[in-house]
Amino acid sequence: MGKTIAEKIFESHLRDEPFEGTKVLDIDRVLCHEITTPVAIADLEWRGKDRVFDNTKIKAVIDHVTPSKDTKTAIQAKMLRDWARRHDLQDFFDVGRNGVCHALFPEKGYIRPGFTVIMGDSHTCTHGAFGAFAAGVGTTDLEVGILKGVCAFREPATIRVNLNGCLPEGVFAKDVILYVIGQLGVNGATDRVIEFAGPVVDGMTMEARMTLCNMAIEAGGTCGICMPDRVTVDYLWPFIQNDYVSKEAAVADFAKWHSDADAEYDQVLDFNISTLAPQVTFDYKPDCVKNVVDLAGTPVDQVYIGTCTNGRIEDLRIAAQILKGRRIADSVRGIVSPATPKIFSDALAEGIIQIFMDAGFCVTNPTCGACLGMSNGVLAEGEVCASTSNRNFNGRMGKGGMVHLMSPATAAATAITGVITDARSL
Amino acid sequence: MEKIFKGPAIFLDRNDINTDEIIPAKYLTEVTKEALKPYMLEDLKLEGFDPRGETLKNARVVVTRENFGCGSSREHAPWVFEVNGVHTIIGQSYARIFRQNMFNGGMLAIELPKEDIDALFAFSQQGEVTIDVDVEAQQIKACCGGQCQDFSFEISAFDKALVQSGGWVEFADARY
Repeated sequence: MGKTIAEKIFESHLRDEPFEGTKVLDIDRVLCHEITTPVAIADLEWRGKDRVFDNTKIKAVIDHVTPSKDTKTAIQAKMLRDWARRHDLQDFFDVGRNGVCHALFPEKGYIRPGFTVIMGDSHTCTHGAFGAFAAGVGTTDLEVGILKGVCAFREPATIRVNLNGCLPEGVFAKDVILYVIGQLGVNGATDRVIEFAGPVVDGMTMEARMTLCNMAIEAGGTCGICMPDRVTVDYLWPFIQNDYVSKEAAVADFAKWHSDADAEYDQVLDFNISTLAPQVTFDYKPDCVKNVVDLAGTPVDQVYIGTCTNGRIEDLRIAAQILKGRRIADSVRGIVSPATPKIFSDALAEGIIQIFMDAGFCVTNPTCGACLGMSNGVLAEGEVCASTSNRNFNGRMGKGGMVHLMSPATAAATAITGVITDARSL
Repeated sequence: MEKIFKGPAIFLDRNDINTDEIIPAKYLTEVTKEALKPYMLEDLKLEGFDPRGETLKNARVVVTRENFGCGSSREHAPWVFEVNGVHTIIGQSYARIFRQNMFNGGMLAIELPKEDIDALFAFSQQGEVTIDVDVEAQQIKACCGGQCQDFSFEISAFDKALVQSGGWVEFADARY
């Protein structure tokens, strides 16, 4: 019987099996941010074990509230900063160089096919786009990861999602993943890896694959994962060019991780994407998904473009294309947060920032900010936000606020009209 | 902190209660578990449920439905239960990260089949239910007005070891 990519990664990283069905893995990347790491740091200090297992494999960033907005967030940032310096972490990103973790760390080339990755953040599943097993964990798992470089998981079962056909014009990775979550339900993939495959995935950029994998957790999935291929090699080439004689050699090497043709799956789901229309959420769960046209005309108070789901350069380009030469509605507050300094800088060079500003958007620094209602665009009670983020839970962007999740294209079109709008109708 | 797996139960009759409802993100700027104490289930909107109510203050066990603890990985969700003396959750199913966080902290996230959960909810219609969990024997005793019902539960050997050793840090530190 063949193996899935997740099974291959588990097998290659198995440190221990203390009990049947419990796999303790060696971890290649332990990623840290300032919200979930400080309690782990404090606990390690309290235990007299303030150590790190490997200062080249642990990466840290201040991203959720940055620059700090008050004393409490300043203390969190300081705890992470002091700890990173104390242990001489090779890669720590502070104000000016920091960005949203799940955009920044891939951009730096830290995530490679076949890697195991943990972070105290549920959207760590994003990194599966590179053919890595990447899972969000709590602070205790993070603490053990920092100290010992290991993490325990149950044997992974995999749901294979075949995305067949091709992406229609004006339909994007975000629409695909919202649709898939709508089909799976918010716990349809609990304790499962979601393996994305098929011609639609093959044709996607790494940015689009990250959008896809980012929301695997919204269906309960442990990790979203894509097969590493030529697209992966092209993205990673600046970081791996000394390891391979040619890109072809890298593609061939990465293929060793691919799921075998006779691998065993928990479920295999086939979706025809050719007929998919832009998607949007309603209500307070990410599996409450409709076609945008079904919600068209719903007034919004704020439009938020950014986050680890859709704050990458490709997302900003898509939105800018729609916004170019237009103004957003007077009734709408538009906020855009490029997810990393490089994305911000590239967007400046390409004239995208100017387009956003001319349209009436507020451009903020890279941060998680408003997505989880912490800063830079928190909603008041009764307000509605059209957002490119990944969660529409009650209160998520501010107590009493309503969030509609959508693609950057739909968000841009909605900003222009002030009501939820299918960008293809503009 | 010593973990206690018994006491009065509160019944949260909904699927998919997420970690934002258990502890809203605006409190994630706290760097101690104790500071979270006043905010347990603050954003949970549920008929007849009052996050400031006496029933919640007395609760030591939560009984709920499917996919409890979905969403964010924040361990602040188990912590806010821990500092309020709620060390046992009994539900039909959990989000993976929340469940692991509970066991990693030496607490219980017990799964029961739908018929047992339904029976517990039906039982709660008769008055206050108190619950006593025997981890070793994998038995739950639920009592209400002098009547008691017993349920047995499954728990993985690993999760049981975590509860008995005090949590994942202790377990991992002794072994790796």
